[in-house]
Parts: sequence; structure tokens; C-alpha cells
Amino acid sequence: MNTLITVLLVLILAPISGCIFAGLDRKLTARLQSRVGPPILQPFYDFLKLINKENIVVNKSQNLYIFIYFIFAVTSLVLLVLGSDLLMIIFVYTIANVALIVGGMVTGSPYSKIGSQRETMAMLAYEPVLILYIIGMYMLTGSFNISSLDGAYMPLIAYLPIVFIAMLFIMSVKFKKSPFDFSTSHHAHQELVKGIFTEYSGPALALVELTHWYEYTFLLGLMFLFYKQNIVIGILIALFTFIFVIVIDNITARLTWKWLVKVTWTIVIGLSIINILVIYFLKLTIV
Amino acid sequence: MFSNVMAKSPWIVHVNCNSCNGCDIEVLACLTPLYDAERFGVINIGTPKQADIMVVTGSVNHKSVSVLKNIYDQMPEPKAVVAVGACASTGGIFHSCYNVLGGADKAVPVDVYVPGCCPKPESILDGIVQAAGILEEKRKNSNKVVAK
Repeated sequence: MNTLITVLLVLILAPISGCIFAGLDRKLTARLQSRVGPPILQPFYDFLKLINKENIVVNKSQNLYIFIYFIFAVTSLVLLVLGSDLLMIIFVYTIANVALIVGGMVTGSPYSKIGSQRETMAMLAYEPVLILYIIGMYMLTGSFNISSLDGAYMPLIAYLPIVFIAMLFIMSVKFKKSPFDFSTSHHAHQELVKGIFTEYSGPALALVELTHWYEYTFLLGLMFLFYKQNIVIGILIALFTFIFVIVIDNITARLTWKWLVKVTWTIVIGLSIINILVIYFLKLTIV
Repeated sequence: MFSNVMAKSPWIVHVNCNSCNGCDIEVLACLTPLYDAERFGVINIGTPKQADIMVVTGSVNHKSVSVLKNIYDQMPEPKAVVAVGACASTGGIFHSCYNVLGGADKAVPVDVYVPGCCPKPESILDGIVQAAGILEEKRKNSNKVVAK
């Protein structure tokens, strides 16, 4: 019964928090550019408008893929809150992103194809870091279960500082923010139109926005795990991640996927592996 | 909160039919920090499939009329069109040229005319906000048709 209530709370509260994050994002960006900016609830107004629009479909299956994307993103968030197996959560989350990429591919538009291809390369860059994060957690707690962190006397961030920085780097990619907004972007319509989402309109695009809100909450939840012992510090870490991503978004220009893959596969993954090796050789543990 | 849904987030797609770029620069000026169209929820979107309002600049000629109609047809209902500038409203100084059909209303139904050569960003913003109100009326009317 408790589980059911938790699931319901997640299903209701996660999009609200995600919507506020998305609104804060636009407001903060506007303030950083010395504009007034839209109201905080602007993403919600956009959502309401989009579900009232006509749904133009290019390929029958494109809405199915967006639905799969939605279902698996929500499932991964629910599993995360229930304290389930982190390895499985990441795999469920990967299916959501694969559905998104395939959904961009099936529409046949050259712009969404370019977006999908670039998103595939971004996936190639961030997946290893997520896996290294899980490996680090496994080595420290001896379990893939998130609930095993409850009994730990030290937070993950104490022994995984470099992996934390790597995850901060990855968050920019995952939030689809500049400098890594090359797969889809509000600002790249000269060369990309809208990337993966070019062919989506009306209610389908509303579903994409809704999934983004769940995804925002999920990604910040992953950062929260770095200090799960203390809820306040955990939330502060999540908020720091969010503001960090937005500030980086505003002070950098878009880079190519080649740059991303080069840097992640050398520096980011290399340093993360060093972090893991230190844990391995010093036999560090937090339980 | 649930009323006036369409008026709160008008996303625009900008079509340059045959413009001298004067109006285009004024449209882009609306998005700069000085005029900040985003405070009305306006986003300059690249694809007509996600747009609500089409902003047309320049007079319509024989070459651009098919492109304009094509982009208009790709926009999902409800949609509105804003003709920005003298050329898009009536054809402007090009109105009797041999290659010019006239204003944007010769090709697509125009909801708001913003006159001027070129119009000030304030009046363009005013036109877009008026078109957002028209969008809301169109949504209500289409619901009535469905209800009947």
C-alpha cells in the first residue's frame, strides 16, 4: 500500500517539480540576458496550448515511439524513488532514449535524422559515465540497490568526487543544454530546425514536454544519490547541478558531437576510471 | 488558468516572402533583451509544425506564393497569420510590379495587419499579441463546431 502511495505521489509531484525547473530555467536564462523573461509557469502554459493543437503525423509509428519514451522515462523515475536496482534503472532509462532516437529516425525528415544521429553519438559519450557511476557505487556498497545507501556512514560523493564532476559534465548533455544541445535546441533553428522533435506537433509535442519534466526530476534524482544520507544536502547538490547546467548553458556556444565524444572518451572517462581504480586498490567501502 | 490557453504561448514562425530585410530585422529586434518578446511566451520556432502564428514579411510574388501556402498548410490548427510591414499588408511600393501578386492576404488568410515601413518592434509585438487573442477565439469556435 505504501508503495502504491509513493508511486502515485511520484506520478503527480515529479511533473510539477519538473515544470517548475523548466520555468526557472527560462526565467534564469532571461535574467542572465537582462530580459524580463516569461512567467515561471510558462512551460505549463505551453503544455496546455500544445494539447489543444492539431496533431500532424508524418509516420504512424512516431507517436508510439514518443509514448514508449514517456512510459520508460516515468518507469525509471518510479524505480529510482522506490530504491530499486540502479543498474536496471539505467537500462530502463536507456530504452527511453533509444525510443526517442528511433522516433526521430522514423519521421524521415533530414533534420530529425541529423538530430537522431547526433543524439546517438551523445549517448555513446554519456552512457559509459553512468555505468562507471554505478560501478563506483557497487564497489563502495557491495550492492546495486539504491536502498543499500541508507545504511552507509559516508556519502557517495566523499569517495566518488571525480565521478561527481564527470556526472556534472554529463548532465549538460542529458539536459540537452548548450554546449551540448546539438541534437535538439530552441536556439539552433537555423541549422537544425528542431532536431529530433522537428516533425512532432500538438499533443505529441506536449507528451515530449511532459516526459522532459519527468526526466529533469529523474536526472536530479541521480545527483541526489551522491548525498542520500542527508536529504537537505542531497537536494542542495541537485539544485547546484541544475543551476550549474543553466549557467554553463548561458556562457557557452554550441560544440560539435566530435568534441563531446573526444573529451568524454579521453578525459572524463579516463579520470572516472582513475577514481574507480583508487577505490579498488585502497579497498574503500562505505558500509 | 485553464481559460485563454492559446493566448499565453504564441510560438511564431517567420516567413520572408520578398522582403528587403528591413521588417525582418525589426521582427528579430522583438526577440532582443530590449523588447523581450519571450515575456509574452513568444518563441521564434524553426518548424511550422510547432508554430501557432505565421509572421509574413514582404510582398507575395509568383515565386514565393507556393512556398507561403505550403508553410501555412503545414501549421496545425488553430493558427493565425500576421502580415508585418506595408509590403506584406498591401504589396507596398511593389504593389503594381509585374511579378508581384500583392499582400500576404492574396495567398493566405491574414488575421492581423501591422502597417509601417518598417513597423516599430512595439507595433509588431502588439500585432503578435492581438493574433494570440484571435487564436484563442478560433479554438473556442472550433470547439463549438465539434460540440454541435
